[in-house]
Amino acid sequence: MRSLRTNKTLRTNVITYAVVVAAFVLFQCLGSAGVLSSTMKGQLVPICAYVLMALSLNLTVGILGELSLGHAGFMSVGAFAGAVTASAMQDSVPSSALRLTVAVLVGAVLAAIVGVLIGIPVLRLNGDYLAIVTLAFGEIIKSIVNNLYIGMDANGLHASFLNNTIVLGEGGRMILSGPMGVPGIKKTATFAAGFILILIALFVIFNLVNSRAGRAIMALRDNRIAAESVGINVTKYKLMAFVISAAIAGAGGALYGQAQNAIIATKFDFNTSILILVFVVLGGMGNMLGSILAAALLTVLPELLRSLNDYRMLIYAIVLILMMLFNSAPAMIQWREQMTEKLRKTFGEERKEG
Amino acid sequence: MALLEVSNLGIAFGGLQAVSQLDLKIEKGQLYGLIGPNGAGKTTVFNMLTGVYKPTEGDIILDGKNITGLPPATINQAGIARTFQNIRLFNDLTVLDNVKVGLHNQVRYPMWTGVLRLPSFYTKEREMNKQAMKLLKIFDLDKEAKLKASSLPYGKQRKLEIARALATNPKLLLLDEPAAGMNPNETAELMNTIKFVRDTFGIAVLLIEHDMNFVMGICEYITVLNYGRELAQGTGDAVRNNPKVIAAYLGGD
Repeated sequence: MRSLRTNKTLRTNVITYAVVVAAFVLFQCLGSAGVLSSTMKGQLVPICAYVLMALSLNLTVGILGELSLGHAGFMSVGAFAGAVTASAMQDSVPSSALRLTVAVLVGAVLAAIVGVLIGIPVLRLNGDYLAIVTLAFGEIIKSIVNNLYIGMDANGLHASFLNNTIVLGEGGRMILSGPMGVPGIKKTATFAAGFILILIALFVIFNLVNSRAGRAIMALRDNRIAAESVGINVTKYKLMAFVISAAIAGAGGALYGQAQNAIIATKFDFNTSILILVFVVLGGMGNMLGSILAAALLTVLPELLRSLNDYRMLIYAIVLILMMLFNSAPAMIQWREQMTEKLRKTFGEERKEG
Repeated sequence: MALLEVSNLGIAFGGLQAVSQLDLKIEKGQLYGLIGPNGAGKTTVFNMLTGVYKPTEGDIILDGKNITGLPPATINQAGIARTFQNIRLFNDLTVLDNVKVGLHNQVRYPMWTGVLRLPSFYTKEREMNKQAMKLLKIFDLDKEAKLKASSLPYGKQRKLEIARALATNPKLLLLDEPAAGMNPNETAELMNTIKFVRDTFGIAVLLIEHDMNFVMGICEYITVLNYGRELAQGTGDAVRNNPKVIAAYLGGD
């Protein structure tokens, strides 16, 4: 017995995969045809990273139903863990693809561990309180990374919160130097890698949502008291969603870091967290395709508007307001429903005639 | 030994003693009514039995196991399921998925099996669908299985809540005003369904209800609460003719 809804979800999922693949092929072709400007080309991997961040936060906000204002913290953990890993392997591992893979894995795992540590105390809170605590957590990560020094020599990695306590052996070098961040990153991230990561993230999220664990997570979102009353372990499933979300964010952060020449801790601040939240809200909570499109569009937009100089951020803000109105204003939703109804009627009649 | 034995149960919210010295004894397969005027503490008793509130005194023994003060999810796994006075469904999930959430601890597979879509995912999901559809059929909800729970009319939402509670395979089912908002036809139908459920699944049912025809028609034993204390206990007839009960409901000296 095939259910309508299963078909509908399946269709949404297939469309989402298809859009991602089509976008990848399109930009890959445009790139090799030499149509893309060099700035646009440089934006491709960051776009993938932000798409991953939006997907990750959508899992927390849209599926788990908890507001997180510190998601850039997980991105930061992933970016620095990835950068340090890749840099440490620079001499011993010649393959940049392998370095990137390991960097992304380390970023994801470390972000997941941080997710567990943060999640256990934080997920006891609800609503506004949780939002505020995650905000604080994002700032704490920023401060920690901002004061962390990591160097490497023949004996391996050395880490300290004080610059002058690290004594490196001969041939040693500093990788992460506190507020200076990680300079001189050898970029390993590619557009194809970003594409693959997005597909993996979609695969994990879609399959999770459509399974026993995913239903438990959404049941908690819809009604926590009722979910408890049918025997669902609140802490376990909240933590599960939060940690998977953190891992995806860590992978996104690692990818982002591997596409930059240098990264500093202050890049992953409150503003970045809010930006990611804007992607999610704009794309629609729980709507993965919406998150992808919003993240891609809003990352590209400032670049596209560069020629408008002074008015750039003004237009960006106005576009944001208009998109939000189009997406969520009751009158607009009603109008859209009327239009779809009209379209359906026209098409339906045509079909009858034919 | 009785299925549920509650002794000297009480709870105080600050200085307010909401329920005190309550004793209940529910046998296997019994249909038990808990009635009383508004504010008597009926729902508070439900909340203590299901772990939403921690009792400040007394013991709750289910099937020989002390479950007093355990968290709600653990109590459900021990064998008590409930519905709510103000309906609490998973509104954005489908009717079918609501029941499948109820089956959470009955058909289990680990998270990775679902994410990686291992073969056992499909067999377990099929098993879940089969069980869920069977329950939905009992409540005549099988045709609405794919609709969002929030789109159901009120009476059907109440039924879906019962189906979801039954999915957890309880020994004792608590129904908080199951007939509220139903018309006489629906109420009569619900009475039959509850009896059917008791006979098929062999579970005990404890229900709160204001509709006296419903309570008298279905409950084999009744406890009357007033101001958080037991006012009377007995069969329907005994309770109905008890002068204290009449006074509490109709007023009097």
